[in-house]
Amino acid sequence: MTMNHLDQLEAQSIYILREAFNRLDKIAMLWSIGKDSNVMLWLARKAFFGHVPFPVLHVDTHHKIPEMIEFRDRVAKEWNLPLIVGENRAALDAGMGPHQGRVNCCTALKTEGLKALLAQHGYTGVIAGIRRDEEGTRAKERVFSPRNAQAEWDVRDQPPEFWDQFKTDFAPGTSLRIHPLLAWTELDVWRYIARENIPVVDLYFAKDGKRYRSLGCAPCTGSVASTASNVEEIIEELETTRISERSGRAQDKESEDAFERLRAGGYM
Amino acid sequence: MSNTPLKIVVVGHVDHGKSTLVGRVLHETGALPEGKVEALREVCDKRGMPFEWAFVMDALQAERDQGITIDTSQLYFHTGERPVLIIDAPGHKEFLKNMITGAASAEAAVLVIDAHEGVQEQSRRHGYLLHLLGLTQIAVAVNKMDLVNWDEARFKEVEAEIRAYLAGIGVIPTHVIPVSARSGEFVREKGQAGWYKGPTVIEALNGFNGAAQATDQALRLPVQDVYKFDQRRIIAGRIESGRLKVGDRLVFSPSGKSARVATIEDWAGEHVTTLASAAGRSVGFTLDEPIFVERGQVAHLADNSPVLAHEIRARVFWLGREPLVKGDRLKLKLATAEYSVEVAAIERVVDVADLASHEAEVVQKNAVAEVVLRSRAAIAFDAFGANARLGRFVLVHGFDIVGGGIIAEAAAASRNIYAVDHKVTVDTRAVANGHKGGVVWLTGLSGAGKSTIAMELERRLFQKGWQASVLDGDNVRHGLCSDLGFSPDDRAENIRRVGEVAHLMAKAGLLVVTAFISPYRTDRDRVRAIDPDAFHEVYVATDLNECERRDPKGLYKKARKGEIPEFTGISAPYEPPAEPELHLDTTGKSIDESVAELVAYIEARFGNLALVQASA
Repeated sequence: MTMNHLDQLEAQSIYILREAFNRLDKIAMLWSIGKDSNVMLWLARKAFFGHVPFPVLHVDTHHKIPEMIEFRDRVAKEWNLPLIVGENRAALDAGMGPHQGRVNCCTALKTEGLKALLAQHGYTGVIAGIRRDEEGTRAKERVFSPRNAQAEWDVRDQPPEFWDQFKTDFAPGTSLRIHPLLAWTELDVWRYIARENIPVVDLYFAKDGKRYRSLGCAPCTGSVASTASNVEEIIEELETTRISERSGRAQDKESEDAFERLRAGGYM
Repeated sequence: MSNTPLKIVVVGHVDHGKSTLVGRVLHETGALPEGKVEALREVCDKRGMPFEWAFVMDALQAERDQGITIDTSQLYFHTGERPVLIIDAPGHKEFLKNMITGAASAEAAVLVIDAHEGVQEQSRRHGYLLHLLGLTQIAVAVNKMDLVNWDEARFKEVEAEIRAYLAGIGVIPTHVIPVSARSGEFVREKGQAGWYKGPTVIEALNGFNGAAQATDQALRLPVQDVYKFDQRRIIAGRIESGRLKVGDRLVFSPSGKSARVATIEDWAGEHVTTLASAAGRSVGFTLDEPIFVERGQVAHLADNSPVLAHEIRARVFWLGREPLVKGDRLKLKLATAEYSVEVAAIERVVDVADLASHEAEVVQKNAVAEVVLRSRAAIAFDAFGANARLGRFVLVHGFDIVGGGIIAEAAAASRNIYAVDHKVTVDTRAVANGHKGGVVWLTGLSGAGKSTIAMELERRLFQKGWQASVLDGDNVRHGLCSDLGFSPDDRAENIRRVGEVAHLMAKAGLLVVTAFISPYRTDRDRVRAIDPDAFHEVYVATDLNECERRDPKGLYKKARKGEIPEFTGISAPYEPPAEPELHLDTTGKSIDESVAELVAYIEARFGNLALVQASA
């Protein structure tokens, strides 16, 4: 009955999901169709004994790789997920795209699309699958992370968080981001996918010497050189690589603080 | 060796080089992604500054601009022998909340001290807090040794200083290591200073022990939620310590209800059940009887219960912007339970600089104090030393976590434990409120000061945290007794109704203060007879001349003119109590003095719970 590292991560994530479900009035889970949010959905089904007792949100930028949308619709049906799809129609109609600046595009189509969806349904908590090891500002995140009425993150004054006592009291009009996977690494995620046999989009598996390590919108997500064609081979590859996971994500690289500015403004 | 990473926090005074050490450790162990060092070099060049290892962890713009760590962050690396999660904590006093956020989950710590500056305020504060958080494995890195030319004598001075301080709180550092985080000496590889024979920082990390899982302790399973998604009623929670088996008879504290574990539910792509589980797991289970269970209750086995008490003595670290003072009301969160507590006493404040204790009225931000907290509801807990997970709590004020603490013991334990009962009795209410319920019946002439005294008394008692309420002519004549006039019969009925209501409220735990002339002895005696033990008659003795002189509502003047018939003292009798519980002579006294006399009387008669405790 001794717990290994994955058991501990799983138990902690389930605890976090149950806290969010119990302490907050109206919550929803973000589903990016990526491997992390698939793991998060799986953990929710474990936490709630086969049920997902809150809506699953997908913000569609209409720049996603088509395989991702196919995967979304198939899994949502198979798992009977309460899926809600949102978009920033006005920005899309105005022709927003990465040619107007990658950070601008992310802000308009993802952040603003998400904010509109949250406001429309009045969610006070939104569960997102970010991890500390992805990027320096995410490494500073809290598990229960408050956002002001404009969905902004005050990174300079975060609440204390210890002994699994999370911030569950907040002023009307403000909201929380809940991060059940904060303590997981990329490798943990793949090992868990292997152990639990969790489905992922085929784009992660190498074809013609290339694969996606991180999935986003087609114009800003590059593939990496790889021969890993299944989950086991991906784990092997990651155990030795020193290339960072978001190396293929162009929007992070516009400037030194591109990602911090994206996140302070409400990006995941 | 386990594949579970060891959690290590790096603490110390601002600018002593914590983030630099962490950046260096990550670099030396190959944990930084390809291109990271080059990217940081570019960032530093752009800022026109020498290469800065701290930028690995200090990812925020504000941190890089100011050259300090604001918030804690975490990164994994591998020492070659074991995986480690390294937690960087800010050293600036202003960000102590972030330091605690980082340190509270660690299993071991590295305390970084600048060789040149030596032990500073935050070195001590961090050392003290690590100990308070329950960390006993601490290695000390005396950093920037290159700036003191690897001088052994200087190293020995700093070592002696920090060893003496840590000894004062009962901590023996595992190692004290001379280091230059900037050059990398003694981080992974040995360097100059042939006089130092001990381990490098990485070697010291390899020597730490991981925290043991609490499977061998008594079962504690705080209820997190109760689910009814389908036909099953599943009780969910994390096993904080001990083991859980199907068939175990669980007792839920503080309700005292009990039932057996029928199934342990799980899901692994489909519905499955298991027969047993243990500490650390987030589980769900069903019971063989449909007893009432709710979040906050602690499931345990009958032969090893948590402590139940209304008052706890705790060591608290205070993070609130406003100082903590006696009488403050806060929300206390312990495991999944929440309690409304009042600061009953601040016993001492610890000066972390010299470890001396001081008596103090207030606890300032970032200070540590021993306090007594009183809760309305019984708190189910274990002393921190017996079971840390049920012995620690956070304090919430408004929307914010403003402090944390560890529980030493129940305060006045013998008085605190009460039999868990399904009924809410008069005694259990008294224990929860901190005082007995009762009726303090003020009688006296019109203008004697009854209502004024009653209102001030209510305010003072309320400030002390009492459940107190006033009944007077103003709040009963408009509703409860709106059908009554002032004839002797109607006055009698008025008093009868007020008496019945007052006693009902007293039974509900309230200290009821009534302010009625109630001129007839027989009427008052009838009220006393409802529950003689709870009834305390107070004669507000102000003589007629004085009342007529005050005449606050001009009633005496009208009565003298015959405009008000049957006016007590003028055209109707007042029968003073023969043997009142308290004779309150207001002549020559201010309202404050009279109220003070009453408060003292009430505290002595209703505030002493010794009798209640003895019988419960």
